[in-house]
Amino acid sequence: MDSEQIIKLSALELGKAIRNKETTSEEATKAYLDAIKENDGKYNSYITVREEALAEARIIDEKIASGELTGAFAGVPVAVKDNMCTEGVLTTCGSNMLHNFVPPYDATAVRKLKEEGMVIIGKTNMDEFAMGSTTETSFFGPTVNPWGENRVPGGSSGGSAACVAAKLAPISLGSDTGGSIRQPASFCGITGLKPTYGKVSRYGLVAFGSSLDQIGPMGRDALDVAYMLNVISGEDPKDQSSAPTDKLDLEAVKNFDVSGKTIGLPEQYFAEGMDEDVRARVMEAVKLLEQAGAKVETFPMPIMDYAIPTYYIICCAEACSNLSRYDGIKYGYAPEDVDDLMELYIRSRSEGFGMEVKRRIMLGNFVLSSGYYDAYYNKALQAKALIKKAFDEAFSKYDVVIGPVAPTAALKAGESLSDPLKMYLGDICTVLINIVGVPAISVPCGFTSDNLPVGMQIIGKHFDEQTIMGFAYAYERLSKEAKQ
Amino acid sequence: MEITEELIDYLQKLGRIRLSEEDRQKTMKDLGSIMGYIDKLNELDTTGVEPLSHVFGRTNVMREDEVTSGDCKDKIISNAARKDEDTILVPRTFD
Repeated sequence: MDSEQIIKLSALELGKAIRNKETTSEEATKAYLDAIKENDGKYNSYITVREEALAEARIIDEKIASGELTGAFAGVPVAVKDNMCTEGVLTTCGSNMLHNFVPPYDATAVRKLKEEGMVIIGKTNMDEFAMGSTTETSFFGPTVNPWGENRVPGGSSGGSAACVAAKLAPISLGSDTGGSIRQPASFCGITGLKPTYGKVSRYGLVAFGSSLDQIGPMGRDALDVAYMLNVISGEDPKDQSSAPTDKLDLEAVKNFDVSGKTIGLPEQYFAEGMDEDVRARVMEAVKLLEQAGAKVETFPMPIMDYAIPTYYIICCAEACSNLSRYDGIKYGYAPEDVDDLMELYIRSRSEGFGMEVKRRIMLGNFVLSSGYYDAYYNKALQAKALIKKAFDEAFSKYDVVIGPVAPTAALKAGESLSDPLKMYLGDICTVLINIVGVPAISVPCGFTSDNLPVGMQIIGKHFDEQTIMGFAYAYERLSKEAKQ
Repeated sequence: MEITEELIDYLQKLGRIRLSEEDRQKTMKDLGSIMGYIDKLNELDTTGVEPLSHVFGRTNVMREDEVTSGDCKDKIISNAARKDEDTILVPRTFD
């Protein structure tokens, strides 16, 4: 099979071709490494590209031949966001602070990719410490959206989204603290799932907002994403917030019937400020599901007005605590010419962190500081209780809740950097989901008049990935049929 | 919420961060607009609402404290900016 054919295949198709000896892991890995070499200069979706993956692929080919590796993704190349620890492989988190950090161990999700027999071809670009929605705050330069050179890919998993969209990886892992898988998936026209909090171990994921962070798959279609979730999910003794959960039944995903299922549309998700094209594409997608027999109802969710303040208080509070570990001593950036301990802390942090990270550390320290704790942090935790109540009520009536992923399609490069509040407001549709911990998927549902992809967000009950994956796959099928 | 020079000084101290004068001015402005928006949360009536930390109400998970990670001392030390053969070095911490 030639390179051109290989990179057109979905991850499941490629795994099947390798098992059927139509190609090999080595051939596939080489095809992708070549494609990266040829094209990633344009996109900057990778921070580290691993030539040594080729030798690893050869060993995997032997293990497939001997029957030691039998998984559906055995031999398939994969890209991993650069905030997941990879033993012996640079893990920068998009930051000068970790520009030279080589983890001594693998993140659990990474270990599971290896156990499946996947080949890690590189580490992908991201907003520094996953703080941003455009992949422009990376110390290693911005990633470019394959759908337009002056467009951002979204963020913070912009590299993981762009490399899949540009066919520089068949599938990737991202992480999502407030939309960082779903929004770049939407901007780049791919499928991205934020699993239920606790579904995938966070061990070895560089911590940002620990009550919100979750690793998830980003792929070309719903089935790739569904199978990848089965590869990486599961309880882990090394992450005590991980939970025992069932694997997805993939046959049930394929056979899922939307007929008789109920969809709730929150009025606020379609309110003023939403781009007309985005609204129209999502509503057309909902219409298709309705024509297939789903029952659709709109309902008010006024608590959404408080989503952004609640989210930014909680995530910055957690971030400033998590990032206090960067002191210039154990690992990471440190200036050379300092012999005072406090000065070492201050200079390491001031020179190692970029502006967005510093801003969030300061915001977090502010909302946690004595005198403001009750007014801000505690108030946000009360709002969180009310947000959870609103979702509990919605899910007592509906099987899934559907809305857009973001109020717009991909923004122009540079638009958000100058105005952080404007960037924060773009997270309006995604952050609630992390606060409540429910799963949500971004599914491509057409294009704006500027030919930029639009994503539909399907939100499910805690640990009910089965239903949202069923909806995602059913929609994919329906939209293909509608085009024919 | 007004962002004063004193508050910025205090937040820099808490975060062990020192901003350049230019970044400092920009931060005052940005934090001002962000906090202005965050203050919208005051409009939400939370009377009698218990603060919620974990959504599933999971509690501590206990396990035996066993060494499972093996010896990776060298790999850990190799990441430190200042080290000698088998220790991480830090500036003098007391006189």
